[in-house]
Amino acid sequence: MTSRRDFLKEAATGAVILGSQSKLGFAGMLDQHAESGKSKVVVARDPQLHGTGAQPDEKRVLELLDRAIAAYTGRHNPVESWKHIVGPAKVIGLKVNGLGGKGISTHLALILAVCERLQQAGVKPGNILVWDRNARDLQACGLTINTDASRVRCFGSDVSGYEEQPVAWGTASVKLSKILTRECDMVIGLPILKDHEMAGVTFAMKNMYGVVEKPFELHANGCNPSVADLNRIPTVREKVRFTVGDAMSSVYQGGPSFHPEHLWYPNALIVGEDRVAVDHTAWQMIERKRAEAGVPTLEAAGRPPRYIATAADAAHSLGVNDPQRIHLMEV
Amino acid sequence: MKSRSIQWMLAAAAIATLAATAGTGCKKLHSNPFPQSGAVPGWQKTSETRVFAAKDLWQYIDGDAEQYISAGVVSTSTSDYKYQGQLEAVVDVHTMGDAAGARKVLETGQTKDTKTVQLGDAGIAYAQSVIFRKGPSLVRIVAYESTPDTPQALLTLAHAIEAKL
Repeated sequence: MTSRRDFLKEAATGAVILGSQSKLGFAGMLDQHAESGKSKVVVARDPQLHGTGAQPDEKRVLELLDRAIAAYTGRHNPVESWKHIVGPAKVIGLKVNGLGGKGISTHLALILAVCERLQQAGVKPGNILVWDRNARDLQACGLTINTDASRVRCFGSDVSGYEEQPVAWGTASVKLSKILTRECDMVIGLPILKDHEMAGVTFAMKNMYGVVEKPFELHANGCNPSVADLNRIPTVREKVRFTVGDAMSSVYQGGPSFHPEHLWYPNALIVGEDRVAVDHTAWQMIERKRAEAGVPTLEAAGRPPRYIATAADAAHSLGVNDPQRIHLMEV
Repeated sequence: MKSRSIQWMLAAAAIATLAATAGTGCKKLHSNPFPQSGAVPGWQKTSETRVFAAKDLWQYIDGDAEQYISAGVVSTSTSDYKYQGQLEAVVDVHTMGDAAGARKVLETGQTKDTKTVQLGDAGIAYAQSVIFRKGPSLVRIVAYESTPDTPQALLTLAHAIEAKL
């Protein structure tokens, strides 16, 4: 019996090479959305996820992930679902978020669960690259740095470096991580839901600040339109194609750093291709919690996440933020 | 006499270079408010102290750095700790330009659950964190778990840090 952690730790010797699923994948999923005219977002919850401990139960996290992906793809076999998601992509990057430190970073259990399903779907361990800005952020997620391609790789942009030439779209002129530009064919975002001191909310799109060399240069005006502009850069837009958002625990105030006095447990995953719709859904989740806690709305606090609407405008066309155009499935 | 002066300058330059190359924006700490392992009962210091100048603070707390910068932070020092081999915590010491800057940050974000504690010039505590200011210093101690021992353990560590400021 191979444990979940073994999928990260053990060398791969018998992985099935991607092949027959290559003509399915994302194009098919997007077509499916076009038929309904809406962007699908799945919010999967498990109130018992944490039990009595601070860390979620690994087995339940895998089950929750399977439930979310099954609802999203309409396929009940998790392995088939993941084949459908990765399509022909060979090297899959998992962009986690460890900026907030140990208390509020992408949960290891979720990273392990996605790695497990990707390998079962035929992705070689060495073709899975778990990454973030640097070693510190990855270690905050409970990960160990590994550049050995016989196993799931895990390292940051501090190892890969950044492109010499900046790329630009709108206000964003950035040097991208070579992990994004040179290593990965496709990136799945694994952000963690947080309140954000400037942007209002950080989740799918804001997670991309971790792929550039100097993210602080994109902080002006509540990160608007910089978040949208950054995501509109062709490499970011085209390679980052799916979000498995970690809303198992979150901070509804005081973020993006860890403020345990504002910690709460939504016990949820938020899944989708449309990064704007995913972020809009996450924002509403934070607002509901803030209302419940008696904290002012983000608008009243002077930091509504305006970049979400910007990302949906005609100039950016990154997705939809109109609830009427979001097919929200809660499972 | 002249050669001794040159030697002094070379030595000073070497020290400055060593400090600058200790990491990108991360320098060795000169005055140390961080208790060593065993100095506070039950607490072990589990990492080296890292120091970030204001201009490099984004490397440590990107997204949060601006609120400290706007309050006049000069540098931030941080180190990890562990209590009785299990409870992990992080200590951040923000050195502000003046006491008003430390007060500004402390007063931001307090909630109705805030509990006032006798620490430095002013202090507050929650179940998993203690924050206090003393002169231009603002100290934030955060535990990653909540146990029955956490509040008292954090306060004990906080008092030891206060004594070294």
